Amino acid sequence: MTQDFMKDRPIYLQLIERICGDVIKGNIQPGDKLPSVREFALDAGVNVNTVQRVYKELEMMNLTETKRGQGTFITTNDDSIQHIREQMKEQVATQFITVLESLGFSVTEIIDLLQKKGGK
Amino acid sequence: MKLHEVSFQYKSTTILNKITFTVPPGQIIGIIGENGCGKTTLLRMMAGILVPSAGAITLEEQPVTRRLANQIAYQPDIDLFYDSHTAQKVFTFYDEQFDDFSLEKAYEIAAFLEVPTKVKLKKLSKGNRARVKMACVLARETRIYLLDEPFSGLDPLARESLMKALIRFIDNENSSIVLSTHEVSEVEPILDQVILMKDGRIRAMENVELIRDERGEDAVQWMKSLYGKQVQ
Repeated sequence: MTQDFMKDRPIYLQLIERICGDVIKGNIQPGDKLPSVREFALDAGVNVNTVQRVYKELEMMNLTETKRGQGTFITTNDDSIQHIREQMKEQVATQFITVLESLGFSVTEIIDLLQKKGGK
Repeated sequence: MKLHEVSFQYKSTTILNKITFTVPPGQIIGIIGENGCGKTTLLRMMAGILVPSAGAITLEEQPVTRRLANQIAYQPDIDLFYDSHTAQKVFTFYDEQFDDFSLEKAYEIAAFLEVPTKVKLKKLSKGNRARVKMACVLARETRIYLLDEPFSGLDPLARESLMKALIRFIDNENSSIVLSTHEVSEVEPILDQVILMKDGRIRAMENVELIRDERGEDAVQWMKSLYGKQVQ
């Protein structure tokens, strides 16, 4: 089914994040084969060139490996996946802090809140 | 395809004014802009139906004229098929007219779009007639496809299925698509570049992902902010 995209960021970045998210959540497993570029484009309802860029970037991030004549697969290297996981965590936390700081909350306040919420 | 300083005048009115741009291979380009800004005239000139008053249009170094119709797939915004014909009959007609038309592919596209091919067109919904039209154009194998308002007046499901047909059936390594549209936000995900037209001129041409990356806005917001400013 065609997916919706946020208006303020490139579509290829949003697709990369979705795939990374799926890998971290385990919706896509290490060693799984990704659909062909065209199948992926059809499914997401986006330009084929956008998907080509997504696949190229994923490979540069070491999240995928391309096997000649067979297609693109999620890496089975656990270090690479852990690295993506750390990056994603960092990114989400940074965004979270930016929003809270823009609203005038202090970091100490946030930490207190997180400890309360996390400890429940 | 290249356009260089292309202008078009009708009587004393300038419809298009010094249009210059290149359609790179393997891209989908959207022409956007308000009604009457010259989108249809531009596409008709690119198809070789209208002759520019000044400037040059070339396809692989050859000047574009009516004779090049066999290398350009053009879909006008009006309904040209006979009501009493079936899609089958329309496909056969196209097959006789164009060497690059593939009957097999036309039926494959019709099946993909789930449109009946043995029913008279007048009995089909508007969405299904648009699907037949799209199948006719996409079943041709050309370097360039020019589509004038292919999604206008259709329901969201019909629009989505036509966009998927474009993704599925155009060989993106060799062919390009230029389409005009008002459904900017819906169509944006399948575009590489947008051309914004205003009063017969190109106001701007930009890569859609670059607009998002550099300005943090989508093509609709970009269009609005550019339209707000007066053109010099």
